[in-house]
Amino acid sequence: MSRYNMHILVCGGTGCHSSQSDAIVWNLRDELEAKGLTDQVQVILTGCFGFCEKGPIVKVMPDNTFYVQVKPEDAQTIVEEHIIKGRKVTRLLYRDPETKDTVGDSKHMGFFKKQLRIVLRNCGFINPENIDEYIAREGYMALGKVISEMTPQQVIQEIKDSGQRGRGGAGFPTGLKWEIASKNKSDEKYVVCNADEGDPGAFMDRSVLEGDPHSVLEAMAICGYAIGAAHGLIYIRAEYPLAVHRLKVAIAQAREYGLLGKKIFGSDFSFDVDLRYGAGAFVCGEETALIHSMEGLRGEPTIKPPFPAESGFKGKPSNVNNVETLAAIPIIILKGANWYNKIGTEKSKGTKVFALAGKINNVGLIEVPMGTTLREIIFEIGGGIRDGKKFKAVQTGGPSGGCLTEKHLDTPIDFDNLVAAGSMMGSGGMIVMDEDNCMVSVAKFFLEFTVEESCGKCAPCRIGNKRLHELLNQITDGKGTMDDLNRLRNMSLVIKDSALCGLGQTSPNPVLSTLDNFMDEYVAHVKDKKCPAGKCKNLMEYYIIPENCVGCTACARVCPVNAISGQRKEVHQINPDVCIKCGACKEKCKFDAIIIR
Amino acid sequence: MSQIKSLADLKKKREEIKTGLDLRVKAIDPENHVQVKVAMATCGIASGAKPIMEFFVEQLDRRNIPGIVTQTGCMGYCFAEPTVEIKLPGKDPVVFGYVDLKRADLIIEKYIKEGELIDGIIPVNYETIDSKE
Repeated sequence: MSRYNMHILVCGGTGCHSSQSDAIVWNLRDELEAKGLTDQVQVILTGCFGFCEKGPIVKVMPDNTFYVQVKPEDAQTIVEEHIIKGRKVTRLLYRDPETKDTVGDSKHMGFFKKQLRIVLRNCGFINPENIDEYIAREGYMALGKVISEMTPQQVIQEIKDSGQRGRGGAGFPTGLKWEIASKNKSDEKYVVCNADEGDPGAFMDRSVLEGDPHSVLEAMAICGYAIGAAHGLIYIRAEYPLAVHRLKVAIAQAREYGLLGKKIFGSDFSFDVDLRYGAGAFVCGEETALIHSMEGLRGEPTIKPPFPAESGFKGKPSNVNNVETLAAIPIIILKGANWYNKIGTEKSKGTKVFALAGKINNVGLIEVPMGTTLREIIFEIGGGIRDGKKFKAVQTGGPSGGCLTEKHLDTPIDFDNLVAAGSMMGSGGMIVMDEDNCMVSVAKFFLEFTVEESCGKCAPCRIGNKRLHELLNQITDGKGTMDDLNRLRNMSLVIKDSALCGLGQTSPNPVLSTLDNFMDEYVAHVKDKKCPAGKCKNLMEYYIIPENCVGCTACARVCPVNAISGQRKEVHQINPDVCIKCGACKEKCKFDAIIIR
Repeated sequence: MSQIKSLADLKKKREEIKTGLDLRVKAIDPENHVQVKVAMATCGIASGAKPIMEFFVEQLDRRNIPGIVTQTGCMGYCFAEPTVEIKLPGKDPVVFGYVDLKRADLIIEKYIKEGELIDGIIPVNYETIDSKE
């Protein structure tokens, strides 16, 4: 029997996958084969490690060596140096952005030190396309335990005691949701997994499905047992082809083992899972819209009640949970509610996965206990702001959330604190902004998204958001008035109160929170007709400093619209009425004579 | 492939396949396991470090000692190759020189199992920046 003494884990998440991690695996295998090491070293394609900033990632076990930005041609070096000679390949090691020292062991990386991985426990650790590796990590033990040793009521009680709240955004208690669904009598019930991840910059659900698909299948079966459902449906967006593929593989393997299908674990409980594909509409993350989309209808929300727990898919009681919520269920069952409810804060238990994006050093996926502060996440795990710039704000909760500023950095993050601070948890996207970001433009960006994604059913969302967007456009064009700022706020509040579903009710949040926290920037746009961050094109003026200009004509030659005039060896001028603010002249000038004012 | 029909089936299945993942699981907390590092630079390999490493991998497993066997580069004791560094949980690492199969067996029996030192230890005469942390 071959006895591996080394495992090489190669990240196979979407990010690393698109940077040729497949080729790394093939090259490593070829190289090992050539050196006669195939029976000693095993190469495994895993799910996401979370450190997407520096992908593709290759991790060598058992010495925990963490190689970053590996290219397929590096496979030879890794095998020859690390595997054969035992020397770590220094040039591929991660470098601490502050000290510039290489870090040989992932245990010493700031990025991983502060994390507590429950949902992501198997991501980047097992091969997601091999059910045996999941079983070796106690996979399907929780399902076995509930079917063999617990009543459905006990399962629901356990989840209620754990204090888990739904990770999809609103934070509704999971146990309570299950209880309501279980009490509704019906011949058929459905367990629905909401994998319609739509927030810009959020990719935790995709990573869980790509890295540990069985954990979601197991949790759905547990939920099915608890509420009395025999059918599971995963609503996943078709833009996630890798996640879809891994789910299909996982479902086939689970069926083969009899862990999905009829009479699971020899009991009378039967459960099976099918996939439903979404076309990527943001509103379909809302559960009623999601259900309509699954039924083949338009993805539009309807008024609740009736809640899906009473009348969901095909009018039958349905329980909709988010991917991240489900992925924690097996561990809660195995380790117990009392283990889980000791993690986190008083009202938000457990851990939360955040997708770090924007102007931050360590872009990637992290999991921390609830109650971790923004400062810890951004500066310790995230490695601080890129290029040594100053932190300005962090947008949480995607287009439904708000911007938090420096004064919120030490707030422990949980569902309630974020709402109190004027933002929300959402699905856990975190977009970090530095001093170069114009907050009015940020609000405009998110609003543009909701305007585009609005399903158009209710007037506040369809018309109101459009009008908000127009007002913001006027402001960034330098045509706004102080009255417009009041109008922005009033209209936002009306939309919040009157929109039909969660999309509309939360879409003005980015406007409101930037108005609250960055009023001075709005005022600068309106009164001084200036954009403090220098981002709004129509408020910028390119100007030539006469003292610095030597009349070299370089700028005039590069200008695409002939806005620059002047004789050779004489001071040039820019005609602001013609200038399109492309910045080409500024880039070309060798004498620093062109500035933005 | 046989179907899993009961919790006992699943547990049995898990026992069968668990070892495949052991190496990764142990690497989560290497400090709690016996760590064996075999010097596998050119000089080490030339003096026969490879069979020594295989011996440790095989025998730790056979004797049910939860350990992690890895290779390292040249430790600088080229005169005493093959050299092996053993780190028991909570103790300082100890380097053994002139390790052949017989000595390797002795190292497992005496040092790893009993914590008893045997001849041929190379005194640690350096500090690394890691140890200054």
